[in-house]
Amino acid sequence: MVTPHASRLPGILSGFERQILTDWLGVLRQTTDARLPAAELESQCEIIIARLAQGCRDGNVSDIEAASFAPLRDILADLSRTRALLGFSPAETATFLFSLKQPLFDRLRDVPGAEAASLASETLTVSQLIDALGLFMMETFQRAREEVIIRQQTEISELSTPVVRLWQGILALPLIGTLDSARTQVVMENLLDSIVRFEADIAIIDITGVPTVDTLVAQHLLKTVAAARLMGADCIVSGIRPQIAQTMVHLGVELNVVSKANLSDAFALALRRLGKTVVSVKRPLAADIA
Amino acid sequence: MDRIPILKLGEALLVTIQVDMHDRLAMALEEDLTTRIVDVAAKGVLIDISALEIVDSFIGRTLANIAMIAKVLDAVTVVVGMRPAVAITLVELGLSLPGVRTALNAERGMAMIRSLLDAEGMAPGEEAEGAA
Repeated sequence: MVTPHASRLPGILSGFERQILTDWLGVLRQTTDARLPAAELESQCEIIIARLAQGCRDGNVSDIEAASFAPLRDILADLSRTRALLGFSPAETATFLFSLKQPLFDRLRDVPGAEAASLASETLTVSQLIDALGLFMMETFQRAREEVIIRQQTEISELSTPVVRLWQGILALPLIGTLDSARTQVVMENLLDSIVRFEADIAIIDITGVPTVDTLVAQHLLKTVAAARLMGADCIVSGIRPQIAQTMVHLGVELNVVSKANLSDAFALALRRLGKTVVSVKRPLAADIA
Repeated sequence: MDRIPILKLGEALLVTIQVDMHDRLAMALEEDLTTRIVDVAAKGVLIDISALEIVDSFIGRTLANIAMIAKVLDAVTVVVGMRPAVAITLVELGLSLPGVRTALNAERGMAMIRSLLDAEGMAPGEEAEGAA
Protein backbone atom coordinates (compact mmCIF):
# COMPACT_ATOMS: atom_id res chain seq x y z
CA MET A 1 0.00 0.00 0.00
CA VAL A 2 2.82 2.40 0.81
CA THR A 3 4.67 3.13 -2.40
CA PRO A 4 8.17 4.63 -2.08
CA HIS A 5 6.90 8.00 -3.32
CA ALA A 6 3.79 8.38 -1.21
CA SER A 7 5.32 10.12 1.74
CA ARG A 8 3.95 9.74 5.23
CA LEU A 9 4.98 13.29 5.96
CA PRO A 10 1.60 14.95 5.23
CA GLY A 11 -0.13 12.57 7.60
CA ILE A 12 2.39 13.10 10.32
CA LEU A 13 2.27 16.87 9.97
CA SER A 14 -1.48 17.10 10.29
CA GLY A 15 -1.77 14.34 12.88
CA PHE A 16 0.95 15.37 15.29
CA GLU A 17 0.98 19.12 14.70
CA ARG A 18 0.98 20.09 18.39
CA GLN A 19 3.61 17.59 19.32
CA ILE A 20 5.95 18.59 16.53
CA LEU A 21 5.55 22.23 17.52
CA THR A 22 6.36 21.49 21.15
CA ASP A 23 9.39 19.41 20.22
CA TRP A 24 10.63 22.04 17.76
CA LEU A 25 10.27 24.82 20.31
CA GLY A 26 12.12 22.60 22.76
CA VAL A 27 15.05 22.30 20.36
CA LEU A 28 14.95 26.01 19.58
CA ARG A 29 14.93 27.01 23.25
CA GLN A 30 18.34 25.41 23.70
CA THR A 31 19.77 28.07 21.41
CA THR A 32 17.27 30.75 22.23
CA ASP A 33 17.97 34.36 21.45
CA ALA A 34 16.81 37.47 23.23
CA ARG A 35 16.22 39.20 19.91
CA LEU A 36 13.04 37.18 19.36
CA PRO A 37 10.29 37.08 22.01
CA ALA A 38 9.15 33.54 22.85
CA ALA A 39 5.55 34.23 21.88
CA GLU A 40 6.58 35.52 18.47
CA LEU A 41 8.84 32.53 17.89
CA GLU A 42 6.03 30.17 18.82
CA SER A 43 3.55 31.76 16.44
CA GLN A 44 6.15 31.73 13.66
CA CYS A 45 6.82 28.04 14.18
CA GLU A 46 3.12 27.28 14.26
CA ILE A 47 2.54 29.04 10.95
CA ILE A 48 5.50 27.30 9.36
CA ILE A 49 4.30 23.85 10.40
CA ALA A 50 0.76 24.59 9.23
CA ARG A 51 1.95 25.85 5.86
CA LEU A 52 4.41 23.00 5.49
CA ALA A 53 1.52 20.58 6.06
CA GLN A 54 -0.55 22.45 3.51
CA GLY A 55 2.28 22.37 0.98
CA CYS A 56 2.88 18.64 1.46
CA ARG A 57 -0.78 17.74 1.37
CA ASP A 58 -1.56 18.89 -2.13
CA GLY A 59 1.84 18.91 -3.73
CA ASN A 60 4.93 16.93 -4.46
CA VAL A 61 7.04 16.79 -1.32
CA SER A 62 10.30 17.14 -3.23
CA ASP A 63 9.44 20.27 -5.22
CA ILE A 64 9.39 23.44 -3.13
CA GLU A 65 8.90 25.59 -6.22
CA ALA A 66 5.38 24.17 -6.58
CA ALA A 67 2.42 26.50 -6.15
CA SER A 68 1.26 24.68 -3.03
CA PHE A 69 4.44 25.75 -1.26
CA ALA A 70 3.95 29.43 -2.11
CA PRO A 71 2.50 30.40 1.31
CA LEU A 72 5.37 28.63 3.04
CA ARG A 73 7.93 30.35 0.81
CA ASP A 74 6.34 33.72 1.60
CA ILE A 75 6.59 33.29 5.35
CA LEU A 76 10.14 31.95 5.13
CA ALA A 77 11.23 34.85 2.90
CA ASP A 78 9.61 37.27 5.31
CA LEU A 79 11.30 35.62 8.28
CA SER A 80 14.76 35.57 6.81
CA ARG A 81 14.48 39.19 5.71
CA THR A 82 13.48 40.27 9.23
CA ARG A 83 16.33 38.25 10.69
CA ALA A 84 18.84 39.73 8.28
CA LEU A 85 17.78 43.20 9.36
CA LEU A 86 17.91 42.22 13.03
CA GLY A 87 21.52 41.17 12.54
CA PHE A 88 21.19 37.39 12.84
CA SER A 89 24.08 35.40 11.43
CA PRO A 90 23.51 33.10 8.44
CA ALA A 91 24.17 30.08 10.63
CA GLU A 92 21.56 31.14 13.19
CA THR A 93 18.97 31.66 10.49
CA ALA A 94 19.65 28.30 8.85
CA THR A 95 19.74 26.43 12.16
CA PHE A 96 16.28 27.74 12.94
CA LEU A 97 14.75 25.75 10.09
CA PHE A 98 17.15 22.81 10.22
CA SER A 99 16.20 22.19 13.85
CA LEU A 100 12.78 21.14 12.58
CA LYS A 101 14.40 17.97 11.24
CA GLN A 102 14.74 16.30 14.60
CA PRO A 103 11.06 16.50 15.65
CA LEU A 104 10.02 15.30 12.21
CA PHE A 105 12.43 12.36 12.24
CA ASP A 106 11.21 11.41 15.72
CA ARG A 107 7.63 11.30 14.52
CA LEU A 108 8.57 9.30 11.42
CA ARG A 109 10.34 6.76 13.57
CA ASP A 110 7.37 6.44 15.92
CA VAL A 111 4.93 5.53 13.15
CA PRO A 112 3.90 1.98 13.89
CA GLY A 113 4.99 -0.68 11.42
CA ALA A 114 7.72 1.37 9.85
CA GLU A 115 10.22 -0.77 8.03
CA ALA A 116 13.88 0.09 8.04
CA ALA A 117 14.00 0.55 4.27
CA SER A 118 10.98 2.83 4.01
CA LEU A 119 12.08 4.76 7.10
CA ALA A 120 15.44 5.45 5.48
CA SER A 121 13.92 6.69 2.24
CA GLU A 122 11.32 8.71 4.17
CA THR A 123 14.07 10.34 6.23
CA LEU A 124 15.97 11.20 3.10
CA THR A 125 12.90 12.83 1.51
CA VAL A 126 12.16 14.94 4.58
CA SER A 127 15.78 15.88 4.91
CA GLN A 128 15.95 16.99 1.29
CA LEU A 129 12.77 19.02 1.69
CA ILE A 130 14.04 20.84 4.77
CA ASP A 131 17.42 21.41 3.11
CA ALA A 132 15.78 22.91 0.04
CA LEU A 133 13.69 25.20 2.24
CA GLY A 134 16.78 26.12 4.23
CA LEU A 135 18.66 27.07 1.08
CA PHE A 136 15.71 29.12 -0.07
CA MET A 137 15.79 30.92 3.27
CA MET A 138 19.52 31.55 2.96
CA GLU A 139 19.12 33.06 -0.48
CA THR A 140 16.51 35.49 0.77
CA PHE A 141 18.65 36.22 3.79
CA GLN A 142 21.61 37.00 1.58
CA ARG A 143 19.55 39.22 -0.67
CA ALA A 144 18.22 41.17 2.30
CA ARG A 145 21.79 41.66 3.55
CA GLU A 146 22.87 42.92 0.15
CA GLU A 147 20.01 45.39 0.13
CA VAL A 148 21.20 46.67 3.50
CA ILE A 149 24.73 47.05 2.13
CA ILE A 150 23.53 48.94 -0.93
CA ARG A 151 21.47 51.27 1.22
CA GLN A 152 24.43 51.92 3.49
CA GLN A 153 26.64 52.66 0.50
CA THR A 154 24.20 55.31 -0.62
CA GLU A 155 24.11 56.80 2.84
CA ILE A 156 27.89 56.83 3.12
CA SER A 157 28.31 58.47 -0.24
CA GLU A 158 25.84 61.17 0.73
CA LEU A 159 27.38 61.69 4.14
CA SER A 160 30.97 61.80 2.99
CA THR A 161 30.64 64.61 0.47
CA PRO A 162 30.08 67.74 2.49
CA VAL A 163 30.65 71.14 0.94
CA VAL A 164 32.24 73.58 3.38
CA ARG A 165 32.10 77.33 3.07
CA LEU A 166 35.56 78.64 3.91
CA TRP A 167 34.99 82.28 3.21
CA GLN A 168 32.53 84.44 1.39
CA GLY A 169 32.70 83.13 -2.15
CA ILE A 170 35.11 80.28 -1.39
CA LEU A 171 33.93 76.71 -1.00
CA ALA A 172 35.91 73.63 -0.05
CA LEU A 173 35.00 70.11 -1.05
CA PRO A 174 37.05 67.64 1.00
CA LEU A 175 36.76 64.31 -0.81
CA ILE A 176 37.22 61.13 1.21
CA GLY A 177 37.28 57.63 -0.24
CA THR A 178 37.32 56.25 -3.73
CA LEU A 179 35.64 58.25 -6.45
CA ASP A 180 33.47 56.08 -8.65
CA SER A 181 30.93 57.24 -11.19
CA ALA A 182 28.02 57.14 -8.77
CA ARG A 183 29.83 59.12 -6.09
CA THR A 184 31.14 61.63 -8.60
CA GLN A 185 27.56 62.32 -9.56
CA VAL A 186 26.60 63.02 -5.93
CA VAL A 187 29.72 65.12 -5.37
CA MET A 188 29.09 67.13 -8.51
CA GLU A 189 25.46 67.81 -7.68
CA ASN A 190 26.33 68.83 -4.11
CA LEU A 191 29.08 71.15 -5.28
CA LEU A 192 27.02 72.79 -8.01
CA ASP A 193 24.04 73.31 -5.71
CA SER A 194 26.32 74.87 -3.11
CA ILE A 195 27.89 77.15 -5.72
CA VAL A 196 24.44 78.51 -6.44
CA ARG A 197 23.44 78.71 -2.79
CA PHE A 198 26.60 80.44 -1.53
CA GLU A 199 27.24 82.41 -4.73
CA ALA A 200 30.76 81.04 -4.78
CA ASP A 201 33.50 82.19 -7.13
CA ILE A 202 36.06 79.56 -6.23
CA ALA A 203 35.73 75.93 -5.23
CA ILE A 204 38.66 74.06 -3.72
CA ILE A 205 38.53 70.31 -4.30
CA ASP A 206 40.70 68.67 -1.69
CA ILE A 207 41.65 65.09 -2.51
CA THR A 208 43.79 64.35 0.56
CA GLY A 209 41.39 61.56 1.45
CA VAL A 210 41.28 59.94 -1.96
CA PRO A 211 43.44 56.80 -1.77
CA THR A 212 44.20 56.40 -5.47
CA VAL A 213 43.89 58.54 -8.54
CA ASP A 214 43.76 56.59 -11.77
CA THR A 215 42.66 57.72 -15.20
CA LEU A 216 39.01 57.20 -14.32
CA VAL A 217 39.15 59.22 -11.11
CA ALA A 218 41.03 61.97 -12.93
CA GLN A 219 38.35 62.02 -15.57
CA HIS A 220 35.67 62.34 -12.89
CA LEU A 221 37.57 65.20 -11.28
CA LEU A 222 37.88 66.98 -14.59
CA LYS A 223 34.16 66.59 -15.22
CA THR A 224 33.42 68.18 -11.86
CA VAL A 225 35.80 71.03 -12.61
CA ALA A 226 34.25 71.56 -16.05
CA ALA A 227 30.72 71.60 -14.64
CA ALA A 228 31.71 74.12 -11.95
CA ARG A 229 33.30 76.29 -14.61
CA LEU A 230 30.09 76.25 -16.62
CA MET A 231 28.37 77.65 -13.55
CA GLY A 232 30.92 80.42 -13.40
CA ALA A 233 33.12 79.13 -10.59
CA ASP A 234 36.82 78.33 -10.78
CA CYS A 235 38.21 75.17 -9.25
CA ILE A 236 41.49 74.55 -7.48
CA VAL A 237 42.56 70.99 -6.75
CA SER A 238 44.57 70.50 -3.58
CA GLY A 239 46.00 67.75 -1.43
CA ILE A 240 47.61 65.56 -4.05
CA ARG A 241 49.89 63.28 -2.04
CA PRO A 242 53.44 62.52 -3.24
CA GLN A 243 52.72 58.89 -4.14
CA ILE A 244 49.60 59.91 -5.99
CA ALA A 245 51.46 62.58 -7.90
CA GLN A 246 53.99 59.92 -8.95
CA THR A 247 51.29 57.47 -9.96
CA MET A 248 49.50 60.13 -11.95
CA VAL A 249 52.62 61.05 -13.87
CA HIS A 250 53.49 57.40 -14.51
CA LEU A 251 49.99 56.70 -15.74
CA GLY A 252 50.11 59.76 -17.97
CA VAL A 253 47.12 61.30 -16.19
CA GLU A 254 46.95 65.01 -16.75
CA LEU A 255 44.86 67.32 -14.62
CA ASN A 256 44.70 70.54 -16.53
CA VAL A 257 43.56 72.55 -13.55
CA VAL A 258 45.28 74.72 -11.00
CA SER A 259 46.59 72.41 -8.30
CA LYS A 260 48.17 73.15 -4.96
CA ALA A 261 49.97 70.82 -2.57
CA ASN A 262 47.67 71.45 0.34
CA LEU A 263 44.42 73.07 1.29
CA SER A 264 45.99 76.09 2.96
CA ASP A 265 47.96 77.00 -0.18
CA ALA A 266 44.81 76.64 -2.23
CA PHE A 267 42.91 78.81 0.24
CA ALA A 268 45.62 81.46 0.12
CA LEU A 269 45.43 81.49 -3.68
CA ALA A 270 41.64 81.73 -3.56
CA LEU A 271 41.82 84.69 -1.18
CA ARG A 272 44.37 86.38 -3.41
CA ARG A 273 42.15 85.93 -6.45
CA LEU A 274 39.28 87.58 -4.62
CA GLY A 275 41.59 90.45 -3.72
CA LYS A 276 41.78 89.57 -0.06
CA THR A 277 44.82 89.01 2.09
CA VAL A 278 45.67 87.67 5.49
CA VAL A 279 47.89 89.86 7.68
CA SER A 280 49.34 89.40 11.13
CA VAL A 281 48.58 91.99 13.75
CA LYS A 282 51.54 93.11 15.83
CA ARG A 283 50.17 92.27 19.24
CA PRO A 284 47.19 90.00 19.31
CA LEU A 285 44.54 91.22 21.70
CA ALA A 286 43.67 88.82 24.48
CA ALA A 287 39.99 89.13 23.67
CA ASP A 288 40.54 88.10 20.03
CA ILE A 289 42.47 84.98 20.91
CA ALA A 290 39.76 83.73 23.22
CA MET B 1 7.39 81.94 -34.58
CA ASP B 2 8.68 83.17 -31.21
CA ARG B 3 11.88 85.12 -31.11
CA ILE B 4 14.12 85.64 -28.18
CA PRO B 5 14.44 89.37 -27.41
CA ILE B 6 17.89 90.92 -27.59
CA LEU B 7 18.32 94.03 -25.45
CA LYS B 8 21.03 96.60 -25.83
CA LEU B 9 22.68 97.66 -22.60
CA GLY B 10 25.45 100.15 -23.28
CA GLU B 11 28.05 98.34 -25.30
CA ALA B 12 26.68 94.96 -24.39
CA LEU B 13 23.78 92.92 -25.66
CA LEU B 14 21.57 91.14 -23.17
CA VAL B 15 19.82 87.92 -24.14
CA THR B 16 17.53 86.31 -21.60
CA ILE B 17 16.23 82.91 -22.54
CA GLN B 18 12.91 82.52 -20.75
CA VAL B 19 11.35 79.75 -22.79
CA ASP B 20 12.39 76.22 -23.54
CA MET B 21 14.79 76.30 -26.45
CA HIS B 22 14.03 74.23 -29.47
CA ASP B 23 16.35 73.87 -32.40
CA ARG B 24 14.76 76.44 -34.70
CA LEU B 25 14.59 78.99 -31.91
CA ALA B 26 18.28 78.42 -31.20
CA MET B 27 19.17 78.88 -34.85
CA ALA B 28 17.05 82.04 -35.06
CA LEU B 29 18.79 83.38 -31.96
CA GLU B 30 22.20 82.72 -33.48
CA GLU B 31 21.24 84.62 -36.60
CA ASP B 32 19.53 87.54 -34.83
CA LEU B 33 22.38 87.94 -32.41
CA THR B 34 25.01 87.95 -35.14
CA THR B 35 23.11 90.67 -36.96
CA ARG B 36 22.62 92.75 -33.83
CA ILE B 37 26.29 92.53 -32.82
CA VAL B 38 27.26 93.99 -36.18
CA ASP B 39 24.43 96.56 -36.19
CA VAL B 40 25.20 98.09 -32.80
CA ALA B 41 28.92 97.25 -32.77
CA ALA B 42 28.47 95.45 -29.46
CA LYS B 43 31.57 94.65 -27.42
CA GLY B 44 29.95 92.16 -25.11
CA VAL B 45 27.14 89.59 -25.14
CA LEU B 46 25.48 88.37 -21.98
CA ILE B 47 23.35 85.26 -22.31
CA ASP B 48 21.22 84.47 -19.29
CA ILE B 49 20.10 80.84 -19.29
CA SER B 50 18.85 80.68 -15.70
CA ALA B 51 15.39 79.71 -16.91
CA LEU B 52 16.67 77.01 -19.21
CA GLU B 53 15.93 73.62 -17.71
CA ILE B 54 16.50 71.30 -20.61
CA VAL B 55 19.55 71.36 -22.78
CA ASP B 56 20.71 69.00 -25.49
CA SER B 57 23.86 68.74 -27.53
CA PHE B 58 22.45 70.99 -30.23
CA ILE B 59 21.67 73.85 -27.84
CA GLY B 60 25.06 73.37 -26.22
CA ARG B 61 26.79 73.59 -29.56
CA THR B 62 24.73 76.63 -30.51
CA LEU B 63 25.93 78.41 -27.36
CA ALA B 64 29.52 77.56 -28.25
CA ASN B 65 28.92 78.73 -31.83
CA ILE B 66 27.44 82.03 -30.68
CA ALA B 67 30.50 82.61 -28.51
CA MET B 68 32.83 81.88 -31.41
CA ILE B 69 30.89 84.07 -33.83
CA ALA B 70 30.89 86.90 -31.28
CA LYS B 71 34.63 86.51 -30.85
CA VAL B 72 35.13 86.84 -34.59
CA LEU B 73 33.04 90.01 -34.44
CA ASP B 74 35.15 91.33 -31.54
CA ALA B 75 32.67 90.83 -28.71
CA VAL B 76 33.10 88.80 -25.53
CA THR B 77 30.38 86.34 -24.60
CA VAL B 78 29.46 85.47 -21.04
CA VAL B 79 26.94 82.76 -20.32
CA VAL B 80 25.34 83.23 -16.91
CA GLY B 81 22.98 81.45 -14.57
CA MET B 82 23.46 77.92 -15.75
CA ARG B 83 21.58 75.48 -13.55
CA PRO B 84 23.50 72.62 -11.89
CA ALA B 85 21.53 69.98 -13.80
CA VAL B 86 22.24 71.71 -17.10
CA ALA B 87 25.94 71.97 -16.28
CA ILE B 88 26.12 68.26 -15.47
CA THR B 89 24.27 67.37 -18.67
CA LEU B 90 26.59 69.46 -20.82
CA VAL B 91 29.68 67.94 -19.21
CA GLU B 92 28.29 64.43 -19.66
CA LEU B 93 27.61 65.26 -23.30
CA GLY B 94 31.26 66.22 -23.61
CA LEU B 95 30.43 69.87 -24.18
CA SER B 96 32.40 71.82 -21.62
CA LEU B 97 32.18 74.97 -23.81
CA PRO B 98 35.90 75.79 -23.67
CA GLY B 99 35.60 79.10 -25.53
CA VAL B 100 32.74 80.44 -23.44
CA ARG B 101 33.13 82.59 -20.34
CA THR B 102 30.70 81.85 -17.55
CA ALA B 103 29.42 83.61 -14.47
CA LEU B 104 27.04 82.69 -11.70
CA ASN B 105 24.40 85.35 -12.33
CA ALA B 106 23.62 88.29 -14.58
CA GLU B 107 25.09 90.82 -12.14
CA ARG B 108 28.46 89.09 -12.05
CA GLY B 109 28.35 88.46 -15.78
CA MET B 110 27.87 92.17 -16.43
CA ALA B 111 30.76 92.97 -14.05
CA MET B 112 32.88 90.45 -15.91
CA ILE B 113 32.12 92.00 -19.29
CA ARG B 114 32.92 95.44 -17.91
CA SER B 115 36.24 94.36 -16.44
CA LEU B 116 37.17 92.56 -19.66
CA LEU B 117 36.41 95.69 -21.66
CA ASP B 118 38.33 97.79 -19.13
CA ALA B 119 41.28 95.49 -19.53
CA GLU B 120 41.17 96.05 -23.25
CA GLY B 121 41.36 99.75 -22.59
CA MET B 122 37.89 100.49 -23.79
CA ALA B 123 35.84 101.79 -20.92
CA PRO B 124 32.17 101.04 -21.44
CA GLY B 125 29.79 103.96 -21.86
CA GLU B 126 27.97 105.54 -18.99
CA GLU B 127 24.79 103.88 -20.06
CA ALA B 128 26.15 100.47 -19.10
CA GLU B 129 27.37 101.76 -15.75
CA GLY B 130 23.97 103.17 -14.92
CA ALA B 131 22.09 100.10 -16.05
CA ALA B 132 24.00 97.70 -13.83
